[in-house]
Amino acid sequence: MASSRDDFVIAIRSAFLKKSYQQKFSLLTLIFLSFIIIILGSFNFKAIQYIKIGINEVIYRSSFIASTPENYFKDLKIKIEEHFNFYDQYKKNEIELKNLKEKKLSNDFLILENNKLRELINETVQSEDIYAKVLVDKDSPYLKSIILNKGSKDNVKIGMAIVDKSYLVGKIIEVNYTNSRALLLSDLNSKIPVLLEPIDIHAVLSGSGKNHGVIEYTKDEYKQKIDGKKIIVYTSGYGGLFKSGLPVGKMYTNNINKENKVNFFSDFRQLDYVKIVSYDIRSGN
Amino acid sequence: MSSLNKNTLIKSLLFYLPVSFLFLSVLNEIDFNYLEIEYFSFNIAHIFIFYWTLKSPRYLNYGSIFLAGLVNDVVVGLPIGVSSFCYLLICAVTAYLRNITITPNFINDWISLLFTILLVNSIQVISLDFIFSIEVNYLRYIINSGFTFIFYPIFSFLFNILEKKITTQKND
Repeated sequence: MASSRDDFVIAIRSAFLKKSYQQKFSLLTLIFLSFIIIILGSFNFKAIQYIKIGINEVIYRSSFIASTPENYFKDLKIKIEEHFNFYDQYKKNEIELKNLKEKKLSNDFLILENNKLRELINETVQSEDIYAKVLVDKDSPYLKSIILNKGSKDNVKIGMAIVDKSYLVGKIIEVNYTNSRALLLSDLNSKIPVLLEPIDIHAVLSGSGKNHGVIEYTKDEYKQKIDGKKIIVYTSGYGGLFKSGLPVGKMYTNNINKENKVNFFSDFRQLDYVKIVSYDIRSGN
Repeated sequence: MSSLNKNTLIKSLLFYLPVSFLFLSVLNEIDFNYLEIEYFSFNIAHIFIFYWTLKSPRYLNYGSIFLAGLVNDVVVGLPIGVSSFCYLLICAVTAYLRNITITPNFINDWISLLFTILLVNSIQVISLDFIFSIEVNYLRYIINSGFTFIFYPIFSFLFNILEKKITTQKND
């Protein structure tokens, strides 16, 4: 009994402390080092933050280069799919274009009217756009985020909105000198205030860790209002980060668990270039 | 003379191949996510570290594994140090297994991998959820561990061929 315990202790000691061939550090030293880094990182220790920023600068660029072959296959797969769907897509687009042309006329009028009303209440919305290239878009099971090639030197700040065409896709969560990381709306940790139109209900859109979002915190009585309606999700502008009215996605109800899910307008897997936008909303009243 | 130089170059290239492949895998996050198969993902770095530190630790030193962990944290967006800690825990298990194993057996290694990745992923989930308050999808972690376990024999077979090639070149 004592001998087997001794063997176990010897094996453990040897595993952790012995520096075998080609090893410059013992395992225990490195485990302690990483543990210390984790602990200091959890307290936002400044030295660790600076080291992280330094590593980020180098790694993001290297990752972009290392991802080139995989990105090539990804693009190839998308292109092949597009070729197969070409005719069906053309027919759909033709019908959609006709409808959109009709709607555009009334939209132009609404925009003009909206601007006039804003002038009446002295409210102005100014936005500053920065165009950025997506360096890395890892569809990781742990975190849904993208890395952009603009950082603090281009005046990118934490909390700025990320927009693809006119659709909201996420917000900046980490800024380095020449690059930044944006958290996508689909990430589990993403939560934004939204407005459900045309029923005019405020809610919170949460990421699901998959390619769709989930509507949370709506009262049960609202569920009757939602039933059977085509609902578009816009930003509500609460919290002041995003301006109100940015289109996010289309809502649908899962028949099995009655969960209200959101299909995002933008395809997060195909982001090449995005706009980093900051809004300055001023009201005269 | 030139053939001798060429031979030395190939030898050193092959010697550093496992380290290069590890860094490439963490930089690129090779996981075939672009196939868009729902829930499909596996951790090639875990398989890689487990195999090479168990079979031929001389080709993959702990310092490189620690650095690869830091790179992985940056690429994936995890708090810095978490992956390094997890990777080194895999090394600790493999070092222990090496010490207690007299006759290596593939099935034992395979079952040990399952235990190791479950342990490592549990520690990762606990640290992310409780220390850093980052919400994680438990189901995805379990499925990721499952696929990592299933794919081990395939990668083990490929790495075995590579290891033989490196050893043959070294002995030439």
